[in-house]
Amino acid sequence: MLRTFPVGGVHPQENKITAVSPVQVLPVPSSVAIPLSQHIGTPAAVIVNKGDKVKTGQKIAESRGFVSSNIHSSVSGKINRIDSVIDTTGYKQTAVFIDTEGDEWMETIDRSDEIVTDIKLTSEEIIKRCLESGIVGLGGATFPSHVKLTVPAGKKCDVLIINGVECEPYLTSDHRLMLERGEEVLIGVSIIMKALKVNRAMIGIENNKKDAAGHLAKLAGAFNGISVHELKVKYPQGAEKQLIKALINREVPSGKLPLDVNCVVHNVGTAFAVYEAVQKNKPLIERVVTITGKSLSNPGNFLVRTGTPVIRLIEAAGGLPEDTGKIISGGPMMGKALSSLDVPIVKGTSGIILLPRDESVRSEIKACIRCAKCVSACPLGLEPFLLMTLSEKGLFERAEHERITDCMECGSCSFTCPAGRPLLDYIRLGKSNVIKMARERLVKQ
Amino acid sequence: MSNLINVSPSPHTYGKETTRKLMFGVVIALLPALFTSIFYFGYSAIIVTSASVISCLLFEYLIQRFIFKKPISITDGSALVTGLLLAFNVPSNLPVFIIIIGSFVSIAIAKMTFGGLGNNPFNPALVGRVFMLISFPVQMTSWPVPAGFGTGYTDAVTGATPLAIIKEGLKNGESISQLVTQIPTPAQMFLGDMGGSVGEVAAVALLIGFIYMLVRKIITWHIPVSVAGSLVIFTTILWLINPEKNADPLFHLLAGGVLLGAIFMATDYVTSPMNPKAMIIYGCGIGILTVVIRIWGAYPEGVSFAILIMNAFVPLMNAYLKPKRFGEEVKNG
Repeated sequence: MLRTFPVGGVHPQENKITAVSPVQVLPVPSSVAIPLSQHIGTPAAVIVNKGDKVKTGQKIAESRGFVSSNIHSSVSGKINRIDSVIDTTGYKQTAVFIDTEGDEWMETIDRSDEIVTDIKLTSEEIIKRCLESGIVGLGGATFPSHVKLTVPAGKKCDVLIINGVECEPYLTSDHRLMLERGEEVLIGVSIIMKALKVNRAMIGIENNKKDAAGHLAKLAGAFNGISVHELKVKYPQGAEKQLIKALINREVPSGKLPLDVNCVVHNVGTAFAVYEAVQKNKPLIERVVTITGKSLSNPGNFLVRTGTPVIRLIEAAGGLPEDTGKIISGGPMMGKALSSLDVPIVKGTSGIILLPRDESVRSEIKACIRCAKCVSACPLGLEPFLLMTLSEKGLFERAEHERITDCMECGSCSFTCPAGRPLLDYIRLGKSNVIKMARERLVKQ
Repeated sequence: MSNLINVSPSPHTYGKETTRKLMFGVVIALLPALFTSIFYFGYSAIIVTSASVISCLLFEYLIQRFIFKKPISITDGSALVTGLLLAFNVPSNLPVFIIIIGSFVSIAIAKMTFGGLGNNPFNPALVGRVFMLISFPVQMTSWPVPAGFGTGYTDAVTGATPLAIIKEGLKNGESISQLVTQIPTPAQMFLGDMGGSVGEVAAVALLIGFIYMLVRKIITWHIPVSVAGSLVIFTTILWLINPEKNADPLFHLLAGGVLLGAIFMATDYVTSPMNPKAMIIYGCGIGILTVVIRIWGAYPEGVSFAILIMNAFVPLMNAYLKPKRFGEEVKNG
């Protein structure tokens, strides 16, 4: 029996249309808008001015504080302006607009195709390099990687878990990366192991990607302490806590981190970015993005520079189909619907999905028939129907007691509801109110 | 091309299940039992079932149209399921006017007064059934003897159900070994060749429906298995204590409405608990209460009462029995 997490979960139609499309390089766009906040934590501070010339890979914004990240220019050219841009979340934030001139890279970056296997840097140097190169978690949460590589005093880590699950439907960027850059990914894993000072790493891959799992397992023979594990296909297995439960049967307590059960989770994409940063001195300025949709003429996986407008990617995939009803950044379960085609691709953009109009409208909301399917679907053992009712009625104290803040917004409840009820929408409302209440309590104390 | 694109929060994709599909799934699961009842009770089963279904749908329509003045939702299948289940719980020779009264109680009183689908605390079909049982005790307890398609409707030959035979016999001082000759064999009971309500007789047909609903993921195993399991365990204990006074567990499982109740009535979404732990306790409560009523109560059969009594505890169970939260207790492997 294949391993998986025991409670909850759903199995949406996989729709991995682009699983067989090799990664193509998207041409450098004529202009980019690079947001200063492409990570969780404090936005970076700009260190360039309007009119400055920058090279590809040059740092243009510096991290502020521990939980923050550096931002680098993804193109060479002239800074047009520093202005606000609507990002994937739909909010405005500051970005550096650059007009591309040629593609001149920083001399410090090793751009050869040679695979560097020897890890020369020490643990501390690796962490410093990740910070310097602006590496963040590429699984979607974009948590700055140097933070996760630093084990705080008093905590210990005995196993590194690598997330190659890619449980969201449609997305195939991690899948292609594992297939095409398997060796680099594994060197990246070894680098992370060295930084964390652990001698064991487990890579979890759902078995709808047997080719990638087989490929990595074959390569892993040459590496010490790395094992590859196939997992049963079930959403949301790519969620950190669910993956830890599935692979090593440890349960991260509510409100705690993986380190509290002595492990750390990194995404395969992050492992690749760490490889490039440490072995090639290349900052995080491009990533593999899946552009897909049933009506697209040329869906595929592209290596895209950060700051590239989404429309460039859609053009490369054959142009916006007539019947487009919704444009999603990320997966269809947790991704964000975009309101504009000029939104820039950022470090955390794993895919762009175009849904046809008939799939982009919600069904009519019917009465709850108390079928309890949302309860069985919740991977965290919550009762979504109850949390929705409590939020709807404004009973936030009770919602807090029912652990509404445990919800990670995976959407399994809304997905599974036969009455088409907007469970997650109301849970989000409740969550934000409960978090506000908790903050006010802290202030009072 | 319209430039409008849809922007809404995640998730952006949805499962294929709808209320209507679930309800019609239950209807499909009930078909084997309907066919066997036509096989045993003939056209009278068709009369009773159609009278019940039509009047349930009609009452729901009329109330939504003229009292609620809201969109009509009789096509969601819930009134159809209530109608079928109500018919399955009455003798096949029940006069149509009583069925119409029962349908009215089920739909108007047990369901719509609480606000319609999703809000009723008690199983509508069972409320209707118990109302009829108390109001028309004679008609509700005269059971046609199965005689195939030749079975008459109101002129059918009637006889006692196996449960009534045992109950009466024990009351008259007879022992189980004397009574066993008067009741059908377990094989007959499994196939449904005995007196009883329209849809409850054939265990085999009900089990086919159960498997279908499990495969289609309409229900989970928790409630039916805990009802049947607790009933079997309880009756086994009693049987081992005194096999001359208490019937064997297989008899209790196959006789009467245990399987119909456990598979189709106790699992009613609206009136059953919302998490596995509570479902098991609820199921065990039904199993045990059924045996208590059958052995020590006034009625030979107690499934309907047992389910209605446990329905009353569902809100309490939902409030106090919670699913195991992820990360609640730290278990490191």
